[in-house]
Amino acid sequence: MGAGAGKGVFLGARTLSAATTFEPHLVDLDHVSVRGLNHALHALRPSSNMTRWRVLNPGGRHALAVGLDAAVEVEIIGHAGYYCAGMNKLATVTVRGNAGTGVAENMMSGRVRVCGDASQSAGASAHGGLLLIDGNASARCGIALKGADIVVKGSVGHMSAFMAQAGTLVVLGDAGDSFGDSLYEAHLYVRGRVASLGTDCVEMPLADPDRAELHDKLAAAGLAGAVDIADFRRYESARTLYHFHVDNAAAY
Amino acid sequence: MCGIVGLFAKDRTIERDLGAHLSGMLASMADRGPDSAGFAVYGEGRPGAIKLTLRPPDGGDPDKLLSRLGIPDSSILMRGSHVVLTVPLAAEAQARANLAARMPDTAVVGAGERMELYKEVGAPADVARRFALASMAGSHGIGHTRMATESAVTTAGAHPFSTGPDQCLVHNGSLSNHNAVRRALCRQGFGFATENDTEVAAVYLSARLRAGLSLGDALRGCLRDLDGFYTFVVGTASGFGVLRDPIACKPAVMAETDRFVAFGTEYRALAQLPGIASARVWEPEPAKVYFWERER
Repeated sequence: MGAGAGKGVFLGARTLSAATTFEPHLVDLDHVSVRGLNHALHALRPSSNMTRWRVLNPGGRHALAVGLDAAVEVEIIGHAGYYCAGMNKLATVTVRGNAGTGVAENMMSGRVRVCGDASQSAGASAHGGLLLIDGNASARCGIALKGADIVVKGSVGHMSAFMAQAGTLVVLGDAGDSFGDSLYEAHLYVRGRVASLGTDCVEMPLADPDRAELHDKLAAAGLAGAVDIADFRRYESARTLYHFHVDNAAAY
Repeated sequence: MCGIVGLFAKDRTIERDLGAHLSGMLASMADRGPDSAGFAVYGEGRPGAIKLTLRPPDGGDPDKLLSRLGIPDSSILMRGSHVVLTVPLAAEAQARANLAARMPDTAVVGAGERMELYKEVGAPADVARRFALASMAGSHGIGHTRMATESAVTTAGAHPFSTGPDQCLVHNGSLSNHNAVRRALCRQGFGFATENDTEVAAVYLSARLRAGLSLGDALRGCLRDLDGFYTFVVGTASGFGVLRDPIACKPAVMAETDRFVAFGTEYRALAQLPGIASARVWEPEPAKVYFWERER
């Protein structure tokens, strides 16, 4: 499809930000299939100068901008369905609306921002990059996290950071029940109330290295100075669940 | 899987186009539930009368059906394979008795002063078209696209289930203790038409409403008495309610504007509604009862 992808309705917005001066490439999903969009994005080479894309009329469609592997910017104007920006590598994907289940799942690098709310399993299994959610995330945010950073400006639902192995989850609002259940080595920071901690998740003091880490994550999300780091509590694994205990040998 | 849609009109223009909106919503959820579909619409009723939505085995001949029924002052409307029989309220019991005696193969799929209920095996868009859903008006309606898990793909197993006057229920999920709850309700004298788990939830709610509970309290009881996965959308004469199980196993999205409240299993179901771009869109919280009602 290439250049033909831009035959959508032009919205009239001249530029995305002050730093950029050229028009984004438009894809109107009322006229182009999701597969067409994703094929066009997958075809981009590192040298491509088509670095800015704007997707119109997403209509909650699934699998938008998945599997990207180029340092491009994709802006989705409206609500996205399931697995938006899944497996993302290098790209910056912005959803100007809500995102459905599994936004940025298995992200490897890059940056994904949801300007509204995210549904369940946001950032599931993500290995790297930053997922920023301006609104709330529902249940199981950061489930099985493997190294990415997630910053949620609102609250997260129950079972968030379940079995999270590496990376960080920073929540400016509250966390739902069973927070950090069966946690491995991810670092969790919550500014508001935690409804209940999951098995093997414990609160630990906020030491200097933790403050530095939290500051770095907030700064990366553009929130340095927006909130007081001293307001956060830190949670980590008590490490009683995943280390084999010799007293249990008879059970095997 | 399965898909649920619901639309509750706050203004007259949405009421007029309710069926058209609901039809599009239902079709958009086809890949979540391709095997059967159904819907209930709360439209105008005749004062002092009740509408029985019937499913005769052969589609039925309206004049023959009316004469065999023998209830004075009744009328009939054919809609696809279903028949809406309107009888005076006082004659409802007699009409049901005559139906059972003279037309035992004809199923009563729903009853109410305002509710009509249609369901069939087939692709959701086809089912909507067969019943001309797009031409129907109403204050609110709910619909369901089914991917059967707990019982067979049959018209009787399709949703919504109606087990009380102007009451209907659609369900996404599967209940694990439905046999035990069914036995308990049977002992209390309630009857069941199918082996379906959702019918158990519908009868459970009808029983509690009949006992005098509000819909909100009846729904809250589900959290204690029903085990399994569920997102329920319940219709009554005056509104609709929503409940998700405590772990929010099944997806749900809601939207509200000045003109409507809408429910969809996915946002895709809501994407074509008028003014949706500026609607408040949110995910209903687990184990929280939501309810919208209107004055009639």
